Amino acid sequence: MPEGSIKDGIGASVRRKEDKRFLTGSGRYTADITRPGQLHVHFIRSVHAHANIKAIRKDAAEAAEGVVAIFTGEDVAADGIGGPICGWVVTNRDGSPTNEPPHPILANGAVRYVGDHVVAVIAETLEQAMDAAELVEIEYEVLAPVVDLANAGSGPQIHENVPGNMYFDFELGDEAAATAALESAATVVELEVRNNRLIPNAMEPRAALAEYDPIDDSYTLFTTSQNPHLTRLVIGAFMLSIPESKLRVVAPDVGGGFGSKIYVYPEEAVCTWASKKLQRPVKWTADRSESFLADAHGRDHINKVRMALDKDNRITGLRVDTVANIGSYLSAFSVVTPTILHAPLLSGCYQIPAIYTNVKGMATTTAPVDAYRGAGRPEATYLLERVMDTAARQVGMDPAAFRRMNFIPKDAFPYQTPVALQYDIGDYEPPLDKALEMIDYKGFEARRAEAASRGKYRGIGLSSYIEACGIAPSAVAGALGARVGLYESATVRVDPTGTVNVFTGTHSHGQGHDTTFAQIVADKLGVDIGSVEIIHGDSDRIPFGMGSYGSRSLAVGGAAIAKAVDKVIEKSKIIAAHLMEAADADVVFADGKFTVAGTDNEKGFGEIALAAYVPHNYPHDRLEPGLEETAFYDPLNFTYPSGTHIAEVEIDPSTGVVELVDWACCDDFGNLINPMIVEGQVHGGIAQGVGQALLENAHYDETGQLITASYMDYCMPRADDLPNFKVDYTVTACTHNDLGVKGCGEAGAIASPPALINAVIDALAPLGVTDMSMPATPEKVWRAINDAQTEAAE
Amino acid sequence: MTMVNLTLNGKQVSADVPDNTLLVTFIRETMGLTGTHVGCDTSQCGACVVHVDGESQKSCTMLAAAAEGASVTTIEGIANGDSLHPMQQAFHENHGLQCGFCTPGMVMSAIELVQDNPNPSEAEIREGLEGNICRCTGYHNIVKSVQAGAKMMGG
Ligand code: FES
Ligand code: FES
Repeated sequence: MPEGSIKDGIGASVRRKEDKRFLTGSGRYTADITRPGQLHVHFIRSVHAHANIKAIRKDAAEAAEGVVAIFTGEDVAADGIGGPICGWVVTNRDGSPTNEPPHPILANGAVRYVGDHVVAVIAETLEQAMDAAELVEIEYEVLAPVVDLANAGSGPQIHENVPGNMYFDFELGDEAAATAALESAATVVELEVRNNRLIPNAMEPRAALAEYDPIDDSYTLFTTSQNPHLTRLVIGAFMLSIPESKLRVVAPDVGGGFGSKIYVYPEEAVCTWASKKLQRPVKWTADRSESFLADAHGRDHINKVRMALDKDNRITGLRVDTVANIGSYLSAFSVVTPTILHAPLLSGCYQIPAIYTNVKGMATTTAPVDAYRGAGRPEATYLLERVMDTAARQVGMDPAAFRRMNFIPKDAFPYQTPVALQYDIGDYEPPLDKALEMIDYKGFEARRAEAASRGKYRGIGLSSYIEACGIAPSAVAGALGARVGLYESATVRVDPTGTVNVFTGTHSHGQGHDTTFAQIVADKLGVDIGSVEIIHGDSDRIPFGMGSYGSRSLAVGGAAIAKAVDKVIEKSKIIAAHLMEAADADVVFADGKFTVAGTDNEKGFGEIALAAYVPHNYPHDRLEPGLEETAFYDPLNFTYPSGTHIAEVEIDPSTGVVELVDWACCDDFGNLINPMIVEGQVHGGIAQGVGQALLENAHYDETGQLITASYMDYCMPRADDLPNFKVDYTVTACTHNDLGVKGCGEAGAIASPPALINAVIDALAPLGVTDMSMPATPEKVWRAINDAQTEAAE
Repeated sequence: MTMVNLTLNGKQVSADVPDNTLLVTFIRETMGLTGTHVGCDTSQCGACVVHVDGESQKSCTMLAAAAEGASVTTIEGIANGDSLHPMQQAFHENHGLQCGFCTPGMVMSAIELVQDNPNPSEAEIREGLEGNICRCTGYHNIVKSVQAGAKMMGG
């Protein structure tokens, strides 16, 4: 790890600069913003999963007190307003493109999920808008819903141009090689898993406030976004035909995202569009029920897995057939998530010579499904780590030993997998060893016996994962169907007095960028962290940016900042050389000071900044005045964090309750900038994974109603559902960014679900239980125990 | 309309509001104190917790009119000028917050928890914060913060 040259530099657990405003109630979230004369919009949403709209009668509502306007899909169509676009599409097995149906911002003729946007009622107050909504009559012709993912293809067709309800049919790998491996295998391991559907549930509900300025025909949109520039691009260029120069998108403080705030949603566009039509600011804030219904959901796969082993129990092949629920419309990253972000991860941290996978993306009459913390990688890791345990059990090997034996050895890097990725670096045994030690793996059987003496079943479960962060490079992404670039930008502006402003295209919604990025800059420039200001989330202030998702902020955005700082240092050196009358090459910069080797000449960074802006004695023949540099950084490759997570559980057979009693993990994120923040990311990720494995499930009934649409029905992890986590690290530094960092935001959510389910199965294995689906609720676990006992008795 | 008079962070305030105005709406919209958040519509998340006469209260679950004459304290009212309340300080020191959205409610709940039980165990803290949902932190550092806050508050 690089040594921080100053106390708040790289590697220090600096307390966060952003905390104070949040702790004192002065955070500024979108819902906190009020503009003079603002109107409020309430959306009438579809109560049916699938229906044609026969008529909308709004006269009575229009006459209601306070109502200013009521818009429907017809108004949208009349103004030629486009819908949100899919940001990444794939080519099908047969060479044809992804089927992309239209997605109007207010339903035009048909609704396709409960929660679909039908009417926008805009009034002076929110209460008036909601009251008036009661007076709008919508006549529906109800159609059959499509809810069951496994049979979605045979349901009624949802979109005219999506035959068989299949958006895409993607494949990766060598089918013949995988088939041959399975045919000649000494052991074939088979498993079918369901990756349960989740609802992201950032604690801040989505919100938008748009304002139109007639003086220069421009708009400002405040919105809960993880990537304001993408929002500007999509709303401006694809939906409302507003020149980007006339649309400012501000994502102020954002209360968590986890993927759900990447996408552009209809509500933001409606507010923006209406703000000009009505010449008044228009505001919308979701209530939690709307978040449940209409935020993009996550996961929802069925994976059929077949793994081939040779006689020595080495993996020789893998085939995975996946059906992914994409929902009613194609959300921005809905196609890339189960394909490009999923299929290439199927090699995990193992040497698997032959891999083939097919992914069918299906339309259903449920909310759109898109990236949720981990996005495709948790699904890959879940099926792989479940089949690893199943295989170990089938051949009678210890699961840790079976993994170790099949790990890619550390001298095999860079390692080319059979599914497109080339891992630059990794070393998988040290984190496994450390995690085993942290949880006292050797002592487990004694703990199991002790639990049994109390009438409890105790189990332990492992998950060794790899993830791919910071999707890149742009050229490869483009070849794979991306419609955007995947670089990041940074501008570093030094003020005359030496304070530093950093404009980054990433967005912080809990990740602590104000601190982590400031540490990088402070470390490199040798200045105090307090004099570094990180600015993000405003398309008018930041040159450009791709936002934050896919654990890209540090590995891509941080690397861009480091590059811009290097340019500042380069320029400063020339200024320093001029001031000290030395050759450029003789100037050394360290600890915030420019010195000339072999002399006691020295200039502080602040002096150089001043000279750049008051250029009386300045190398005008070589440099322009000022000290501001911009860098765009397009990485050469993904980064590949990895590690092992281990869960230990105790199950009470009388209730089926799974108690999570211990957690140990060891991750390799490359170099750490702020270990405290990294640890917080790991904790949060694990908690979401525990939620998926034990508590959370988005459930639609057969009519397409979302049954789990409130915190009464959708079980969120709470403080008393979780233990303290033991967290540690190993380091192999990323080889292709200057900071040697890999990213840490999603690892916990990726690694944890299989560790937990493996632990539950391990606990119940003595009873003969071999499978458990997520979430492992008390009812399911109790039934599994009961069924096993009944079977044993027969 | 109802005239509501109460003490908000030590200041006497009054406003004429619709009868069905919730306390949280009164605080956020009528009084413009946006530190108190709304995270749900079923009284489950605790983002809206304030103190009413010293007791934790989900302000989304109480009418403003029901707080007539009461003393209401919000997250904006607990620091002493520039120096943070010990519980705020403890959350800062122990990285007990990430996105900050649950934080005001979490801190207000934690303060009352420690007032009732000056030396809470880990299990008591976890149980005591059961009514506050945090999606970011996994609670580990929140528990640590409350333990540290309890010490700093003199428990
Ligand atoms: S806003 Fe969720 S409990 Fe009050
Ligand atoms: S810090 Fe984000 S919800 Fe708790």
